Amino acid sequence: MNGYDLAVVGGGPAGLAGAAAAARAGLSVVLLDSGARLGGQYFRHPAEGFHAARPGALHHGFGRFLRLAADVTARADVRLNHRVWSVERGADGVVVRCLAGDREERPVTVTARRLLIATGAYDRSLPFPGWDLPGVLTAGGAQALLKGDLVAAGRRIVVAGTGPFLLPVGAGLAAAGADVLGVYEANPLAAIALRARPLPGKVAEAAAYGLALLRHRVPFRGGVAVVAAHGERELTGVTLAQVDANWRPLRTRTVACDTLAVGYGFVPQLDLPVQLGCATGPGADGGPVVTVDAGMRTSVPGVYAAGESTGIGGAELAELEGLIAGRAVAADLGRRVAPAPALPRRRDRLAAFAAALQRAYPVRDGWHSWLRPGTIVCRCEEVPYSRVAEARRLGARDARAIKLLARPGMGWCQGRVCGHAIASLAGEPPAPPRRPIAQPVRLGDLAAPPDSGTEPGQAPPKEIR
Amino acid sequence: MTPQRLVGARPEPAFEITVDGRPVPVVPGQSIGAAMHAAGIRSWRTTRFEGRPRGLFCGIGVCFDCLLTVNGTPSLRACSTQARPGDEVTTS
Repeated sequence: MNGYDLAVVGGGPAGLAGAAAAARAGLSVVLLDSGARLGGQYFRHPAEGFHAARPGALHHGFGRFLRLAADVTARADVRLNHRVWSVERGADGVVVRCLAGDREERPVTVTARRLLIATGAYDRSLPFPGWDLPGVLTAGGAQALLKGDLVAAGRRIVVAGTGPFLLPVGAGLAAAGADVLGVYEANPLAAIALRARPLPGKVAEAAAYGLALLRHRVPFRGGVAVVAAHGERELTGVTLAQVDANWRPLRTRTVACDTLAVGYGFVPQLDLPVQLGCATGPGADGGPVVTVDAGMRTSVPGVYAAGESTGIGGAELAELEGLIAGRAVAADLGRRVAPAPALPRRRDRLAAFAAALQRAYPVRDGWHSWLRPGTIVCRCEEVPYSRVAEARRLGARDARAIKLLARPGMGWCQGRVCGHAIASLAGEPPAPPRRPIAQPVRLGDLAAPPDSGTEPGQAPPKEIR
Repeated sequence: MTPQRLVGARPEPAFEITVDGRPVPVVPGQSIGAAMHAAGIRSWRTTRFEGRPRGLFCGIGVCFDCLLTVNGTPSLRACSTQARPGDEVTTS
């Protein structure tokens, strides 16, 4: 097949490391990313126009990222502002369909012999009264505004949810001059410390952020959750609740604030592997992740996955998995790759750590009790909790039946935001996402013949069997 | 402290876009949504059933809550659309 040896989807730590390793081994590589700059979410950084003297002040390991990004830019074909909406297996590889440009949306088709999926993850959200008010952002959204656009999400900010990510979000906003009223972890800190005991590195990292919060006089409390947000047109305050071990409110108090940054861990972005039919299995939190072998090969020949799509594990593990995947692709295409038996061993160790860390921050069902009949559960279709409850009374037993009866997950975001919550309300683990089209596409692009968007200078992709 | 001072930024001169006719400054490279947030505009869409206010939520292109119209092109994500000088943003 013409086109590239390897197409990498995603320019975060996993995609960059995979592209670099494959290109160093002599493969022709194209890296596609939806963003305007490389780095993904973890290494999201300000545009050139800021001329930042210390662009990595909000990151760990930013120098390492810059070297990796420069290496990839020199060796591979980097295509930014390319949103992949479909991948298919062709006769001898994969056909990747994108929309290029951040508003004109030019269709582009890329073909390659191998595909590495490194699409990362996004915040896991839970609904509560008022969570759709402007001023309520995901923790990752607040972090993206800060790291990518150098904008503090607000002036008086509450950070809440669960997971180790809340600490850098709170510390970063405080360092950037925002008044962070508190970082509230829903799980009890003693229980987290007990479960995270075998992870000394993570404990030290958390302690460093804890010190940073202390320096800015930001309270860090466990066993506290935001159970309601208040305001008319925008957020004006939140209700904080002391919660029991299952997250049921015990005592509440109201705090005035203009911004809430809230997140309950992360959900891997699995649209593309599921489109291709890659096998998935339960991750450490019970949600689906892509099943891979020691070379990051998925169950579909020619398709590899690295980073959060194989299990939420953070940037260091993602970069290592990318490296392993890139080397495996090169070896599978007959290139000479020096053996490195230490890499999979290190990956197993880091992945076990990551799983233990995830299990230290479970999402408890008590959040169901935060809902009122009128609480919006699906933001896109404005489905209130009462309609979900009604669907269950009508006999909907699983998330799919609830979706068909009450329509949560049918809107713009295709259930990415409410999917976890609906599955939890149905009493089942979240299913792998079935999204045959991973990005909104105009009907004209869908109807276009397969080769109409092929880049000039590239022959059209082969017929798809 | 400000986010810009934290990273030692010496930004290029800001350009302007308008949001429903109101001028909003943008540092080159910022998203439309970030520039609006920085200018204190945080609520810019109303939902089609209940007219509920919406703005940025996920901030990374996943939730589609921050949709707006730029130079007549509807349904663009404010969080992932880079502002260009003279952009005319309209909200609904």
